[in-house]
Amino acid sequence: MKLRKLKKISRRNALQLIAVFTGTAVFPSISFAQSNKALDRINEITNGLGATESDIWLDLPEIAENGNQVKVSFEMDSPMTETDHIKTVYILADGNPSPNVAKFSFTPEMGSCSATTRMRLSKTQNVYLLAANNNEQFFMTYAKVKVTIGGCGG
Amino acid sequence: MSSIKPRVKVPKEVSIDEIVEIKTLIRHPMHSGRMKDPEGQTIPRQIINSFSAKFNGKEIFQMDLEPSISTNPYIVFQYKVKESGKFDFEWLDDNGEKYSISKEMIVS
Repeated sequence: MKLRKLKKISRRNALQLIAVFTGTAVFPSISFAQSNKALDRINEITNGLGATESDIWLDLPEIAENGNQVKVSFEMDSPMTETDHIKTVYILADGNPSPNVAKFSFTPEMGSCSATTRMRLSKTQNVYLLAANNNEQFFMTYAKVKVTIGGCGG
Repeated sequence: MSSIKPRVKVPKEVSIDEIVEIKTLIRHPMHSGRMKDPEGQTIPRQIINSFSAKFNGKEIFQMDLEPSISTNPYIVFQYKVKESGKFDFEWLDDNGEKYSISKEMIVS
């Protein structure tokens, strides 16, 4: 509907409008959490402090044809020294029967904070990444994955 | 359960300060406890719940796995080379079994 109307105005205006629409559509869903199991879990892990949204490379397919095998990769900028390193990374999924997917424990010996695994997604949903460094600071990012065939059985 | 066999790929010849990629795969059904068999009976949960990697006896990486991890868990991570040595990888099953494999890495 929106798009049809937009066709009548200039391309530049249309692009600006789209930016505004997506901006308002995406952000409230993070800040005013409805009942979202993954965000509840983030609150629990961070003791209610929440996490700063940060520039973490989280690689997930935009559309997953098979929810049984969805590849997830991430990489974070971190010096990975004894005094400054990422200690824990959680992967959480808000539409799965349980939001927990995996918890990675990193050590400075690894030299980089990056890993890959494969996960199940039962339906279209947001996948969250929550990271904690050795100074108990939390960082997060998320990505939406459209799932064609769900992968949790039942 | 002898069909469960882990596989790991570690680069054989590496240089100091190189960040190497370690790829692991273990054949395991990862029954989430939600799937049903052809007779309609729920298959009880049985998953690999933990993976760990040690280098020369010191733990360098650990991962907790949940039922949302796919069948045949595939885990890739990186390691910064300091010296030659031996990796020990271990997977823990819900039924208490442990599966392990070791790999040598030589600094050239």
